Amino acid sequence: MFADPKVPSSAGRDATGMCAATVEFRHVSKSYDRRDGPAAVDDLTFTVPAGSVCVLVGPSGCGKTTSLKMVNRLIEPTGGQILVDGTDVAGEEVTALRRRIGYVIQQVGLFPHRTVGENVTTVPRLLGWSREQQRERAEELLGLVGLDPARYRDRYPAQLSGGERQRVGVARALAADPPLMLMDEPFAAVDPIVRERLQNEFLRIQAELAKTILFVTHDIDEAIKMGDLVAVMQAGGHLAQFAPPDEILARPASDFVARFVGADRGLKRLSLSRIGALPLHQAVTAVAGEPVGDARQRSLADPFPFLLLIDRAGRPLGWLPDRDVPADGIVDERLAIPASPLLERETTLKDALSMMIAADVQAGIVVDPAGRVLGLLTMEALGAAGRAGAAGRAGAGAALRRAERRPAAARPPAAAP
Amino acid sequence: MIDWSWVADHLGVLAFRVLQHLELTAIAVGAGFVISFGLAIWSVRRRAVYPPIAALAGILYTIPSLAMFAALISVTGFSVLTAEIPLILYTLVILIRNIVAGFDGVPAEVVEAARGMGYTSWGRLWRVELPLAVPLIIAGLRLASVSTIGLVTITGVISDSFGGLGYFILTGYHLQFATEIYVGAVPSILLAVAVDVAFVRLQARLTPWAATRGVAAG
Amino acid sequence: MGRDARRGGRLMVLLDALAAWFADPAHWAGPNGIPTRLLEHVALSGISMLIAGAIALPLGLWIGHTGRGATVAINAANLGRAIPSLALIGLAAPITAAFDPQLGFRVYPTLIAMIVLALPPILVNASAGVSEVDRDLVEAARGMGMRERQVLARVEIPIALPVILAGLRSAGVQIVATLTLGAIFGGGGLGNYLVLGIAQNDVGQVFGGVVLVAALALLVEGGFALLGRALTPVPLRAAEGGEHRGRALEGRAAG
Repeated sequence: MFADPKVPSSAGRDATGMCAATVEFRHVSKSYDRRDGPAAVDDLTFTVPAGSVCVLVGPSGCGKTTSLKMVNRLIEPTGGQILVDGTDVAGEEVTALRRRIGYVIQQVGLFPHRTVGENVTTVPRLLGWSREQQRERAEELLGLVGLDPARYRDRYPAQLSGGERQRVGVARALAADPPLMLMDEPFAAVDPIVRERLQNEFLRIQAELAKTILFVTHDIDEAIKMGDLVAVMQAGGHLAQFAPPDEILARPASDFVARFVGADRGLKRLSLSRIGALPLHQAVTAVAGEPVGDARQRSLADPFPFLLLIDRAGRPLGWLPDRDVPADGIVDERLAIPASPLLERETTLKDALSMMIAADVQAGIVVDPAGRVLGLLTMEALGAAGRAGAAGRAGAGAALRRAERRPAAARPPAAAP
Repeated sequence: MIDWSWVADHLGVLAFRVLQHLELTAIAVGAGFVISFGLAIWSVRRRAVYPPIAALAGILYTIPSLAMFAALISVTGFSVLTAEIPLILYTLVILIRNIVAGFDGVPAEVVEAARGMGYTSWGRLWRVELPLAVPLIIAGLRLASVSTIGLVTITGVISDSFGGLGYFILTGYHLQFATEIYVGAVPSILLAVAVDVAFVRLQARLTPWAATRGVAAG
Repeated sequence: MGRDARRGGRLMVLLDALAAWFADPAHWAGPNGIPTRLLEHVALSGISMLIAGAIALPLGLWIGHTGRGATVAINAANLGRAIPSLALIGLAAPITAAFDPQLGFRVYPTLIAMIVLALPPILVNASAGVSEVDRDLVEAARGMGMRERQVLARVEIPIALPVILAGLRSAGVQIVATLTLGAIFGGGGLGNYLVLGIAQNDVGQVFGGVVLVAALALLVEGGFALLGRALTPVPLRAAEGGEHRGRALEGRAAG
């Protein structure tokens, strides 16, 4: 099932070599006799395809962390099976199993008596890698999580900030190139700004590595942002819904899910979609400082009540109400209303809506990377997109990943048999 | 008040007594540590055994040293055991408590991370928990050593063949000879303070990771 | 089996000797009688405790409250702990004897050593107990308009009481046990039975002394435990006792 962990993938030098495992929960249950123990889990069944991020989300006491810990058997289930690449984890030697699964927790749990470099190579050392391999791996991974190896390798955890510690925690979990990562509220203990940055970096790294990841959070926004798949759990360890984020938001399976994702789920959904290939309204334009020609006719014929002035390069300058467009002569730039947000194809619909609401003319001007007008995004088009969930069905994570996936990552899994 | 010529005449005896003092202390702390470490590990791994062990060690600790030496004479006579058994027993309560506290003080998240990464339970104990328990273990050794140095002086009550520097204090008192009292008292205090400082140094050297706390970079 | 029987026999001899010693009416009267020695022991322990407490308690509370001088105090306490009691008695004897040839050689040195012995646990526990009180509580108390003295008396001391009492208890037990050393130097108290017993090879007397001292130590220990229970507000009781003592010990050790 797994790649042989004794042999570092491509001699431990290949951070981008993909290997990922399928995870399957089959009627997994956990019950406790005592009341004060961890939360119970009731008949959990779902499958996480290789290479995707599955977020377990729910209120405290819903059993999400218990579910996660049953995968690496920090908690043993009382019923059902968990299969990793088709093999029941219950049949594995427990320490060997854990060494093949990356594990990141909220409090990080770095070993205070070991340097950053030694922390990162904990599992490789347990697996008996050579010193040289360990050293190279530490350098590579610290670089991957954005910490300069020369500066950080010999520091002790007590000398790091919270965000740096969590980066080291992620690097440590990735050290033996595990096909599966378990992350238990990894970004919950850092402040919102650092969290946002860590989330984005996590998505960038995942775009490169394409691991299978089980990710626990209590924060629905984080779940929607990070997950390809979201498992919403509710008290008693029931799986309330298991679906891609967009579907969770568009069609909550129950009142509980609807309440949990919040009344603003329509807005949250817009944050999942980007302008991308949405149909744009063709703007009626006129070049400022040049003869107006038939602009007035064209503008009046168009249902949108404004003419868009552009410069000679095609970049937008401002709006001119239809009735103010002169019948002939030169179009005066000074008449233009310099309003309206400039949008790009990568802008999320939520951001687009937010900017458009604040503008005088409620249409977004979509421009290409050079700033030239591509077309207009109207409120009507935005509404239609919101109803249909048009642009991107998958989560922002997947979208970003697709956008950023490098050619290198498209290679077939290097070490998988 | 001090008869310096007496001191000069007895430098050889003084050296002998200092060495004896250190020897009696080292044996007691060494044996006490071996016993305590075993009992502490047992307690850490099987929580139920800790309360009775701690209670028993605590009761032993409340027995006056003079009483324990006196009581043992009728059992083990004037052998070195009469001196060492109480010394060893007194170290137990300090050492066991500190070693167990050291293991208990290992942060839960560090233990969880170690489990999650696939350490065996013994591997985790030796490689992760023991190093983190070192500061409190050394603190225990420090306390035990200093208190044993004090108790060694009292072993002179058993017989002149023990007592380390305490021999001078007791003989000096009986002869009402201040110089000899001071030849015992002052070096024994210096010895205790020196050992105390040595352990502080040792701890700083063994735990460089703890000393660098608070230099966090943005 | 033979060896077990022999051990059993030895224990019986011991218990017989012990019983005989306690039963002898001669041991219950006179200047070396049990009541006199017990009274001496209690009086000397009490005086040492009172003096040590009068010095260390206010100082410890002040240090804990202000946070000033904590390092100096802990280092001084460590130094005090490092001094062997017997050495201290020896050091003091020639000096006190110069002032009072009688008591100066027999009683005062022991008293001084006992006071020095009791200072560190009282001082360290009082200052650690107060400084460990949740700073939010102290700030809340100040925020409600309490004066510093009131903050100490109404918030910090009540909350720190279990730790403070643990320090007193530890000091008390140590004094009762260590005071026996005074007998080596002709002082009073129960230590005389031990010293005489060793000298006369009288097993009954030695064990009689052991039993009496141990009983007194347990009594002090139990008394402070009860006092602690009585003075600790009910909601704080769970935290009282072993844990605090343990932590105080670590604090001292680490300091």
